Amino acid sequence: MIYTAGIDMGTTYTKAIILDETGTIVGRAMEPTGFRLAEIAAMVRDRAASEAGLRPADLAYTVATGYGRHQALHADVRVTDLTSASRGAASLFPGTRTILDVGGQTMKATRLSGTGKVDSFRLNDKCAAGTGAFLEKTARYMGYNIEEIGPLVATSKEAASISGVCAVFAESEVINHLSNGVAPADIMFGAVVSLVGRSVQLMKRVNMEPEFTLIGGIMRFEAMARVVREAVHAEVNVPPPDMVQYVSALGAALLGQRRLARLATERAAQRPEVSA
Amino acid sequence: MAYAAGVDVGSTQTKAVVVNEERGIVGRSLLPTGANVIRAAESAFEEALRAGGIREEEVEYVVGTGYGRYKVTFGNAQVTEISCHGRGAVHMFPSTRTVVDMGGQDTKAIRVSPVGEIVDFCMNDKCAAGTGRFLGAAANALEIPLDQLGPTALRGTRPVKISTTCTVFAESEVLSWLGKGKTIEDILRGVHQSIASRSAGLLRRVGIVEQVTFTGGVARNTAMIETLQQALGVTLNVSEDSHYMGALGAALFALDTILASRVPAGAKREAS
Repeated sequence: MIYTAGIDMGTTYTKAIILDETGTIVGRAMEPTGFRLAEIAAMVRDRAASEAGLRPADLAYTVATGYGRHQALHADVRVTDLTSASRGAASLFPGTRTILDVGGQTMKATRLSGTGKVDSFRLNDKCAAGTGAFLEKTARYMGYNIEEIGPLVATSKEAASISGVCAVFAESEVINHLSNGVAPADIMFGAVVSLVGRSVQLMKRVNMEPEFTLIGGIMRFEAMARVVREAVHAEVNVPPPDMVQYVSALGAALLGQRRLARLATERAAQRPEVSA
Repeated sequence: MAYAAGVDVGSTQTKAVVVNEERGIVGRSLLPTGANVIRAAESAFEEALRAGGIREEEVEYVVGTGYGRYKVTFGNAQVTEISCHGRGAVHMFPSTRTVVDMGGQDTKAIRVSPVGEIVDFCMNDKCAAGTGRFLGAAANALEIPLDQLGPTALRGTRPVKISTTCTVFAESEVLSWLGKGKTIEDILRGVHQSIASRSAGLLRRVGIVEQVTFTGGVARNTAMIETLQQALGVTLNVSEDSHYMGALGAALFALDTILASRVPAGAKREAS
């Protein structure tokens, strides 16, 4: 059996996926990225491998992606997160044309052609207002941690208005709302609505069209998909909760598989010449 | 003797100043604004009165300013912080033509006329980049008290280049520089330079005319003064009371009203 690994080094989390040659996921792992990128890349890959009952040496090919991919020293090749996310999203939802990827410190909108190639993309990595950090900050101002965001928003009846221009300014808005007796759930929901507003702007700039596929850690919150669906007036694809953060890592592993296959074909094609 | 007071309710801190009829500061106070803005305004006022040994009924007129100026429920009038910083800066340094006010969540560039009227101003209204919060984020990441930021940064000799714009991301960039083995001093100097260069950009939009007076809470930070001077190429006026400039301006507007009310004919009982 030939195994390939995909490692996605995001701004907040590093994720790894191990595939066997049938394309089945046999191992996965995730750790906060932190600042020792090379170490974390190796550590997450090794953990994913051991979950699959493999040693790192059993991995035939490793593809790194994400913002920290250049620090993944053991990778055989590196691809951009747009390529890996597109591959991963299209493998889960073949009809995908627009991908929205919201991570801890980035927001990306990508549009695919009918053949799955990237037609255009836009990203925000300059401002926290359009990223997971915005939700995390808003939650933290109110004394909630990131894992509590989903359950909290689920209890909201009506979104409070959060302008969402700046994650720092949002603190004053949150304080104003709280002192006016607005429920934390409604404030949190307001932050989600504001984040989705920004993401729709980004998707408009890549000429969004269905099908929509939503990926990235923030899509763990069911409310995100619900609000995006209402904003784009279309159904949205969301990977299962245990996969939503691994889409780029999956895409990277799939790209690795394809590349291995191509290398094998090339070698096979060369063999007669060598023997001749 | 009548007294006038100004209360400047900022995003981060609330300042109050009481002046006498000779425009001298007799009492001042500084408190965190916190969540209860109305209470912060009241407490700051009470503390300034106590500091000056003045009874509340001796204060004839109070002007509120700052982002929370309408929460100064006991105030007689409200004046924008732009006007108040201009007024305070010109009072303290009469040759002031440009004011740079750096506070907790905003940085403002203000051009003033020789009599302290506002000619033009510019501020960061969309984003907290280049404000005191950026320093706060760095201090938090490096676990250094705010008042040590300046002295520490001044020891830096090879400042790092901070690439982050967003205050929220600044924290992780600072930590990543630490991870790459840079010293706290060099990182902090880089942080100050990054804010200075943003503020210089803001100032250029209103035009930098000397003299330039530096006001707001961040004006107490020695490294900020130095890096801003380098970025602007001018020497800055900085007062011990820079932090109170908005409240002082508000108190001076309040005093105007008191004095104007004593002129029998044609006087208006309004602040500015």
